[in-house]
Amino acid sequence: MASDRLARLCAVALVALALFNFPMVEVVERWAKVTSVPLVPLYFFVAWAGVIALAAWLLERGGGGEP
Amino acid sequence: MSHFAAWAIAISLAYLGLLFALASFGDRRAEQGRSVIANPYIYTLSLAVYCTAWTYFGSVGVAASQGVAFLPVYLGPTLLALLFLGPVRKILLIAKAYGITSIADFASARYGKSGTVAGLVTIVALLGSIPYISLQLKAVATGIELLFAHDGVSERGALGADSALLVALVLAAFSILFGTRHIDATEHHQGMVLAIAFESVVKLLCFLVVGIFVTWVLFSGPSDLLARAEAAGVVDRLHFSATRLSYADWFLLTLLSAFAVLLLPRQFQVMVIENLDIRHLQRASWMFPLYLLVINIFVLPIALAGLILGGTVAEADSFVLGLPLVHGQAWLAILAFLGGLSAATAMVIVETVAVSTMISNDLVMPLLLRIRALGLAQRPDLTGLILGVRRAGIILAVAGGYLFFHSVGEAMGLVSIGYIAFAGVAQFAPLLLLGIAWKGANRNGAVVGLLAGFLVWLYTLVLPSFVIAGVLPESILREGPFGIALLRPTALFGLEGLHPVAHCALWSLTINSALLVLVSLLSSASDLERLQAILFVDVEQSRGTPRLWRGEAKVGALEELLVRFLGRPAAEAIWQAETARRGRPLNPDEPADAGLVERAERQLARAIGAASARAVVASTVRGESIGPDALLEILDETQKVLEYSRRLEQKSRELEVATAELRRANERLRELDRLKDDFLATVSHELRTPLTSIRSFSEILLDNPDLEAEERARFLRIITSESERLTRLINDVLDLSKIESGRMEWKIGPADLVELVREGIRAAEGLMAEKGVELEVAIPDEPAPVTCDRDRIVQVVLNLLSNACKFVPRPGGRVRVELRRKGSVFEIRVEDNGPGVPPEARELVFEKFHQLTGNLNTQKPTGTGLGLAISKQIVEHFGGRIWIEEATLGGAALCFTLPVSEEAGAARVAA
Amino acid sequence: MAKRVLVVDDEPNIVLSLEFLMRRAGFEVQVARTGGEALKALEGEPPDLVLLDVMMPEVDGYEVCERLRARPEWRKTKIIMLTARGREAERERGLALGADAYITKPFSTRELVEQVKRMLEVA
Repeated sequence: MASDRLARLCAVALVALALFNFPMVEVVERWAKVTSVPLVPLYFFVAWAGVIALAAWLLERGGGGEP
Repeated sequence: MSHFAAWAIAISLAYLGLLFALASFGDRRAEQGRSVIANPYIYTLSLAVYCTAWTYFGSVGVAASQGVAFLPVYLGPTLLALLFLGPVRKILLIAKAYGITSIADFASARYGKSGTVAGLVTIVALLGSIPYISLQLKAVATGIELLFAHDGVSERGALGADSALLVALVLAAFSILFGTRHIDATEHHQGMVLAIAFESVVKLLCFLVVGIFVTWVLFSGPSDLLARAEAAGVVDRLHFSATRLSYADWFLLTLLSAFAVLLLPRQFQVMVIENLDIRHLQRASWMFPLYLLVINIFVLPIALAGLILGGTVAEADSFVLGLPLVHGQAWLAILAFLGGLSAATAMVIVETVAVSTMISNDLVMPLLLRIRALGLAQRPDLTGLILGVRRAGIILAVAGGYLFFHSVGEAMGLVSIGYIAFAGVAQFAPLLLLGIAWKGANRNGAVVGLLAGFLVWLYTLVLPSFVIAGVLPESILREGPFGIALLRPTALFGLEGLHPVAHCALWSLTINSALLVLVSLLSSASDLERLQAILFVDVEQSRGTPRLWRGEAKVGALEELLVRFLGRPAAEAIWQAETARRGRPLNPDEPADAGLVERAERQLARAIGAASARAVVASTVRGESIGPDALLEILDETQKVLEYSRRLEQKSRELEVATAELRRANERLRELDRLKDDFLATVSHELRTPLTSIRSFSEILLDNPDLEAEERARFLRIITSESERLTRLINDVLDLSKIESGRMEWKIGPADLVELVREGIRAAEGLMAEKGVELEVAIPDEPAPVTCDRDRIVQVVLNLLSNACKFVPRPGGRVRVELRRKGSVFEIRVEDNGPGVPPEARELVFEKFHQLTGNLNTQKPTGTGLGLAISKQIVEHFGGRIWIEEATLGGAALCFTLPVSEEAGAARVAA
Repeated sequence: MAKRVLVVDDEPNIVLSLEFLMRRAGFEVQVARTGGEALKALEGEPPDLVLLDVMMPEVDGYEVCERLRARPEWRKTKIIMLTARGREAERERGLALGADAYITKPFSTRELVEQVKRMLEVA
């Protein structure tokens, strides 16, 4: 159970690493160039919040047992 | 001095006073065992000590010129927080298991309790902390200057000294008050943690208030801000290109920040040392990143607003304070300053406490103890000295920060200064993370790797900062030392194009890790190093593994040692715990066993660090932790095997016991079966015997009609009496089987035993008269209350009487019935003057179908052979006892008892 | 000369009935109440037939049977065992010890008398 959860969190960390770096950021940067919306900061904050929400969901569902 | 600045100073001092009160409250509650910080929320908020003046002021500064470039500092910790339940949890387990007091202590303990590693880590941590502390001094000093400048007063004129020095003095004093009250570093500074958690709330709220003010008061929302930014031509800050960072830089800065959030001395302090419950990691794992996200939301809006409203990039570090100030919001400005102050004080307090603990435990005390001339090991009380060293450590760290501020810091941005510290402490990452995962990492590798990484850091990051400050010539950066281009500090070996911090991180960490692995593989480790490596890497399995000692130490000597380093009360508490554990007092003259030495050392380690503790204990014990290489390596394995075989033995013992029980049960069943068989055979025999007579005489009567009347009558009488015998037998068998199977319906109620005995005698009168028995009765007049089934007890009395009648001589038979109270029971005796029962047969007569056959008696007794067995069952059912003894009349005395019924007795008295 | 029958049983009523039956059948009857008495009675002139109860206190029927068969001069004496225990194993034990017949109580008086007569070749 505990190691299961750790594995899922590691997966979330890998997803976060991918979201916060090249090439995802570069893709967003290209899009940002052609719009007036501040896409880069928006992207970072939304992705960041998403990662936190995912982690919270993984950690808090089914009660808070000993990790 | 104007009212405004005075208010600001007064409020700040009041705020510091409040913090102190809060800390005292937290400490008091901890002493009472009612901790206020033992929950994941306070833990998360204490982790947010990560957000210092760098975050509060510096992020806006970075954002104003480089847009989202402030983000890696928070994205890295987010990634690490997701791994809280992995490596971080393991570090916590280790720290708790072995009484770790700081990151230097941790590293030293892992690498064979090496004093070299401890000292080296301490020096790097101290050097890394100095620029970081200077950053806080700079931020607070700048804030104060701004507040005074707003009042139109030169702060120098107002305070008569430079503000940075004053701030440094106040913060140092504050840290000393906070951090050096206890001696035992793992006793958790609960008050301090409560205070910094509170500070985390204050700085977050203040920053959000300023952000909301800027976005919705100075501007009319994000879209307005965005539109005006476009108009002002600063909207390019919103693109990634504004960061002027390559993706490699970005990645490396994120990685560096991830390391920093664990390895910075203050972070290690709050995350590992001050942690009260390892389960708090779980919630902190997502709440800490959430805090980081929230505190960063308004960074870009504030930065853009500052630029739009005419601020310059150079002033951007003070936008948070400056924007409210220039728009006439004096109180908001004070609030903004308070937030910054709280961010800075929290950092300085925890950082200096952490660093000073390291300086005393891992650097100064081991050195002092080693200098024999000082004779410290013989001093009676060292607690004062240890506290003094820690206070000096705090002053040293703050003074270093002040000096750095004056020589270098004034020329640099807040974030640049902070990154120097990040890259410095990141040098601990290889030895720590490899250390808990790979048993092969040894002390030599750790020392060489750390030294190399440290030197690369000094060369590629610290040295250039001195160049920027103008302390060193710029030519070193452009042309390299002595004109060697390959050695240019910010483009080592020609690696150009990286951000200086990323460049430093890449080279220092690569060289550090590579050397750690290489040297570890090439050099051999001592026994102690290998043991510690096993204890750390396999912490989950080896918690509580005792050390092996060959040394000889007296219990008294160890106690003396604890008194000297921990003070008498603490030492006595430990000794009491030890006494309780053993269940006997410790004799000062007995040799201390390995467990006691181990525990004493662990307690000492809490006060003076693992390396020092080991040194002093070893000097007392005069023995080394020993063990042939193989033994140490298989220590773990052996324990597992021993445990396994112990369990196997236990299992097989359990099986043997179970088998024996089964065998016994089976034998008992077989015995019961045999008894039942015997019983049935006997019943069959006893039934057939009267039947035989009945049938024979009936047939005789049928076949011989010519029989004389007298003989005919005689045969008919035999048939009748045998029929009666048969009926009695059947009744008795039924009774007995009912009683034995528990299906007997007892009519239980209060009764007078006197009356019952008389009734029994009346029933036997006919029989006795027939046999000419002389009856003697000794029964008291008052009632004898019992609780029983009347009819059954009468049956018992009758049984005993008829039994007696069977054996008395004829004529001259005498029977005596006696009833008397004996304590809590009534005893009934039925005596006869028959042949008596030999002692060896006295038990047997109560068995089923055991016929009493007197030797002298040729006449086979009449009776079912079940009377006494039934009597026994009845008497025992009502809690009595039945037995045979010698009678005063010469024959047998059949006796039984029944318990006195107290209720009935009481009722009688009342009546 | 009338044949002699020894009746051995510890139940007085059964002894009485057997004694009556045997006399009626024309035999000379001798009575023993226990195994010991029976062995004593055998010492004089051995009877032609013994009606032997199995369940007796002290010396039981089996033992009497065994001792009887052990003496060559008593070989000719026939033995009918009477028992209230009807189990097959006991019947076999009795026959193995040298009894000539084994009758379970309660028995038919006519059959018993006929069996005795047959064995003494009177009928």
